Amino acid sequence: MNKPTPAALFAAFFRIGVTSFGGGLVAYLRDEIVTNKSWMSEDEFLAALEIGQTLPGLNSVNVAIIAGRKLAGPAGAVAAATGLVIPGAVILCILGFLYVRFRKNPDVAAALAGIAAAAVGLLLQVTLKIGAKQFLNPIDLAFVLLTFVLVGLCHVSLPVVLFIVAPFAIILRRPRKEASK
Amino acid sequence: MRELVSLLNVFCLLSLLAVGGGSAVLPQMEHETVTVHGWVSADDFASIYSLGQMAPGPNMTMVGLIGYKAADHAGMPPGFAFAAMIIVLLAFYLPSSFLTYGASHIWDAFHENPWRDSIQKGMAPVTIGLMLAGVHAVGKTASYNPEHSVYFNGLTIAIGLAVTAILFMKHINPALLILAGGVVGWFFLRGI
Repeated sequence: MNKPTPAALFAAFFRIGVTSFGGGLVAYLRDEIVTNKSWMSEDEFLAALEIGQTLPGLNSVNVAIIAGRKLAGPAGAVAAATGLVIPGAVILCILGFLYVRFRKNPDVAAALAGIAAAAVGLLLQVTLKIGAKQFLNPIDLAFVLLTFVLVGLCHVSLPVVLFIVAPFAIILRRPRKEASK
Repeated sequence: MRELVSLLNVFCLLSLLAVGGGSAVLPQMEHETVTVHGWVSADDFASIYSLGQMAPGPNMTMVGLIGYKAADHAGMPPGFAFAAMIIVLLAFYLPSSFLTYGASHIWDAFHENPWRDSIQKGMAPVTIGLMLAGVHAVGKTASYNPEHSVYFNGLTIAIGLAVTAILFMKHINPALLILAGGVVGWFFLRGI
């Protein structure tokens, strides 16, 4: 497997950063790193994704950091993450400037209302899709609803949930000795 | 200046709390930026979040716009507003990135530890609950806003549910559906 330079990493992640409209970034990353460039094997990529999903932060940015480090050290991690984030940040900078200027315009306000309404639908679909397994398991569903009510309706702060509710959820799933024969 | 420091503090903390991805931290972000600090209105938050869904790259890059809007709200000149945007982006991306960089070094040592599987299985429903709270945090202004008419709310709810249904039935780029939502909104919600 060939090792890329930080510059090559930046170029590859920048291209993803420009073209990845509509989310689903992890799939874009997999296509580029594993399929197109053969920089990592499928297993290596999945291992990176596992770490990226477990740790705080965005999954896509975390995968960029881990893959960048494995392929080209600290400079590689910086190159991959900045390449991924900068294009969207520049585009959002322009959108933000336009938003602050024109949000009171009735045409723009109406379009924005439609856009926001559609974005809620997108987030709901993503939640239902990746949570399908959890919604069908009674214990998991109890934790889904408990977390939703605490954070969403009662405005309990997130650290409370992460350090008090989550440990119970994890302990219920603790490793069982008898299962490993 | 105090606003910039507050932005830095809030988004650094949010970065480290974003366990399970960016959407999991949305309800807390909405609470901090709208209710606690009043940097953006609930309408702004929903609009900025949805603009983030239309730009390429990680969808949470939209946090930069909250910084921009917060500085604008505090009466800072545009130069400071751009500085605030950069500060928020760094605050939101750097802490978790440093943590991931460091942790990926030592991760292999825990590879065989059975608790890792427990953590992933246990955290999954908590993450889903947080994402659901995120739907609520954005939806309480974007989908159902008591200040709007029944017609307006009916249409925004319908747009959202239509997007959810279409995404379950068809493999289509979500950015296109969000743009379509904008066109429908422009056509039916103008001047209401």
